[in-house]
Amino acid sequence: MSDTHSNTAAYVRDTMLPQKAPPSSQVGAVRWVRENLFSGPLNTTLTVLGVLAVYYLVANMGPWLRNSIWNANSLSECREILAGASGACWGVIKDRWHQLLFGFYPQDAYWRPVLTFVLMIVAAAPILFEQVPRKLLWFSAIFPGVAFFILWGGSVWFPVFVMMGFVVGYAAYIALQRVSGLVATIGALAVPVIWWVFLAGPIGDLFATIIPIELPHIASDEFGGFMISIIIGVTGIALSLPLGILLALGRQSDMPLVKWICVGFIEFIRGVPLITLLFTASLLLNYFLPPGTSFDIVLRVIIMVTLFAAAYMAEVVRGGFAALPRGQYEAADSLGLDYWKAQRLILLPQALKISIPGIVNTFIGLFKDTTLVVFIGILDPIGLSTAIRADSDWNGLFWELYAFIALCFFIFCYGMSRYSQYLEGKLKTDHR
Amino acid sequence: MAMTSDTPSSSFRLSMLIYDTRYRSITIQIVFLFLITMGFWWLVDNTLVNLAEKGKDIDFSFLGARAGYDINQRLVDYSSDSIHATAWLVGLLNTIVLAVVACISATVIGVIAGVLRLSNNWIVSKLMSIYVEMFRNVPLLLWIIVFFAVLTEVTPAPNAFRGENPTASMLFGDAVAITNRGTYLPAPLFDRSLGQIDIGVAHLSSNYLVILAVIIGSIMGYRALQRRATVVQEATGLRPTTWWKSALILIAPIVVVLMAMGFHLEYATLQGFNFSGGGYIRNSYIAMWLALTFYTGAFIAENVRAGILAISSGQSEAAFALGLRPNRTMNLVILPQALRVIIPPLISQYLNITKNTSLALAVGYMDLRATLGGITLNQTGRELECMMLLMLTYLVLSLMISGAMNIYNNSVKLKER
Repeated sequence: MSDTHSNTAAYVRDTMLPQKAPPSSQVGAVRWVRENLFSGPLNTTLTVLGVLAVYYLVANMGPWLRNSIWNANSLSECREILAGASGACWGVIKDRWHQLLFGFYPQDAYWRPVLTFVLMIVAAAPILFEQVPRKLLWFSAIFPGVAFFILWGGSVWFPVFVMMGFVVGYAAYIALQRVSGLVATIGALAVPVIWWVFLAGPIGDLFATIIPIELPHIASDEFGGFMISIIIGVTGIALSLPLGILLALGRQSDMPLVKWICVGFIEFIRGVPLITLLFTASLLLNYFLPPGTSFDIVLRVIIMVTLFAAAYMAEVVRGGFAALPRGQYEAADSLGLDYWKAQRLILLPQALKISIPGIVNTFIGLFKDTTLVVFIGILDPIGLSTAIRADSDWNGLFWELYAFIALCFFIFCYGMSRYSQYLEGKLKTDHR
Repeated sequence: MAMTSDTPSSSFRLSMLIYDTRYRSITIQIVFLFLITMGFWWLVDNTLVNLAEKGKDIDFSFLGARAGYDINQRLVDYSSDSIHATAWLVGLLNTIVLAVVACISATVIGVIAGVLRLSNNWIVSKLMSIYVEMFRNVPLLLWIIVFFAVLTEVTPAPNAFRGENPTASMLFGDAVAITNRGTYLPAPLFDRSLGQIDIGVAHLSSNYLVILAVIIGSIMGYRALQRRATVVQEATGLRPTTWWKSALILIAPIVVVLMAMGFHLEYATLQGFNFSGGGYIRNSYIAMWLALTFYTGAFIAENVRAGILAISSGQSEAAFALGLRPNRTMNLVILPQALRVIIPPLISQYLNITKNTSLALAVGYMDLRATLGGITLNQTGRELECMMLLMLTYLVLSLMISGAMNIYNNSVKLKER
């Protein structure tokens, strides 16, 4: 057939045509714009509105940012330099950054919070990233005592002997293990308590008189600014996760009494605003403690914030437990693991992995909630911004202060949420 | 081959309380209860000792005493001669009115932002991402203060509206004036008012009760009409035309009632240096409302986005394969499934709004915390009682919201066997 065909047709192409480039509206930027910005009437309207919004923002914010003034010692000086033009007066940040960061902490001791912050990063590194040498975890373990000593000062022996309580407890556990497992557990709980209540104080005082190593003591009411936010936030974060896990386990428990007490606690804390708990800490705690005792307001706030975040944490972790298939529980049982081993080796790792986003959201919420301490008289950044604005030099200025505070919070919180996404990606084991 | 093993002797030994799992949980619970009771008793005992030392007692009779302070926003009758209990109620209503309005607007903003963030329009989705991240990562308290600063420092003073060439002008044809003292709106007035009903602690306007009843009745009538139409459609295959009937049922009764009561609007007018007449909303309320709306809206946007993303694309493909148009796909297939994912976190956002209204302290809005937990507490010096009542009120409020929303959640939940 082909022969006849070749004879009848005048011309037959025996090579393929070279491929043509796609039409200009189907490639590159033009195609992207057509598909993403102008694919229909609704989309076009949205694009126009979006561009208008961006233009409005730039047109209003642009001059204000462009005319930024850093070298001014008061708002009136700023206004003189600007001569009626719109412009940001960042002089206030330059003038008062140390207050916003450290509150009324003594100026010559600023190295102490800075050093603590650096050490905090070192202590957090092995917990956050597994590439960091594991031995650094020992430093993470002693960091709370180190931080307390550097920030508050006083004798070095007090935090040392408080931290020693854990060592004493561990030693008691090892020593009593020969007697029986139960006695060892009770001993590991009871001996540190005895140590803290009766021995740590006197021995600390004794050592303080023999070998006085100490930093000047700085009282809590001189703390302020982002320093206090970070102290409360980080301590709350570190304490609320274990407490929240315990509460979640309690709520999951088969023992009705434990379960209902945990449920009652969680629902009570979740039902009231944090502000009422903080007021309780500042107004009512004196009623609940033995007459004559009073303890540090920062410590009270940390306790309340921790309890508050722990209740939310418990619900997040419970969600993780609920998402585990029943088979995991049954597998743990069939392997003959006891309750704590099953939790530690099989259930908790999976439940925590599922609830990472929720846990980090709770952390971020806790860190943002530290701003509420301003209502009970602790000068956090927002409280200090009010104090700075009350100064006659900076009276009438607010955007620059609020922008600075918002930026600092944004960096912390956004950093945490990015880390949670990194962790989620790293721990992802299913291939979906 | 009788291989019967000896059954363990069932006699009870004391060590079984610890080593036998049947009894161990009882032991643990008893120890736990003992410790909790001891701790609790320690707190109560301390409190009693401390109270006795200060010469105080626990007494709620202060609630019946004259309050002696003014509240600048009140939904029920209140004056400084009213009792503390009424102040408590006024504060509670202020909290509720802020929370309800903020919940509604935050839901609207959140749904819009969440859907737009998924849009394939690059500019819009990026703008929405910026909005969400900006509000989620900055404390609510800062947003409240910022919105309050915008309202009090940027908006014009009332006298800017004065004169031949005023520097500021009212919106919507002399109806709304946004000033640094607050926003002035037209107020609804009734020529033939129906009077008020006394419910003990406060008076209720029967006008609004009647309007509410009529609106509820109209909606119930509308739903009955729709149900009838569905029944007819299922029987005959044809849906009867209902739009004019439903328009009549929804609009006519309320118009008739409003006309019968002589409804008209009173506009705020500039007199001297300030506006008078009309309705007036304080800046503190508006700042709280805007901050709660945009802050919680950002969280709801994320919930909505997660809910829509949780529905597998096979669902919409199946709907298209069945020949459903995009809007019907959204309404009949995607949204009902996404709602199940969205509602539980939405409940906790509503609870958060309710609890976050207590931040009104920052701008001086007279909410529950400011009346009962603020001025009443300071005036009477009854911290313990006031804080207990305050926490209890918030607790009841939260439990009611979560209860109501859980009922709704159960009604849309996937019904599994």
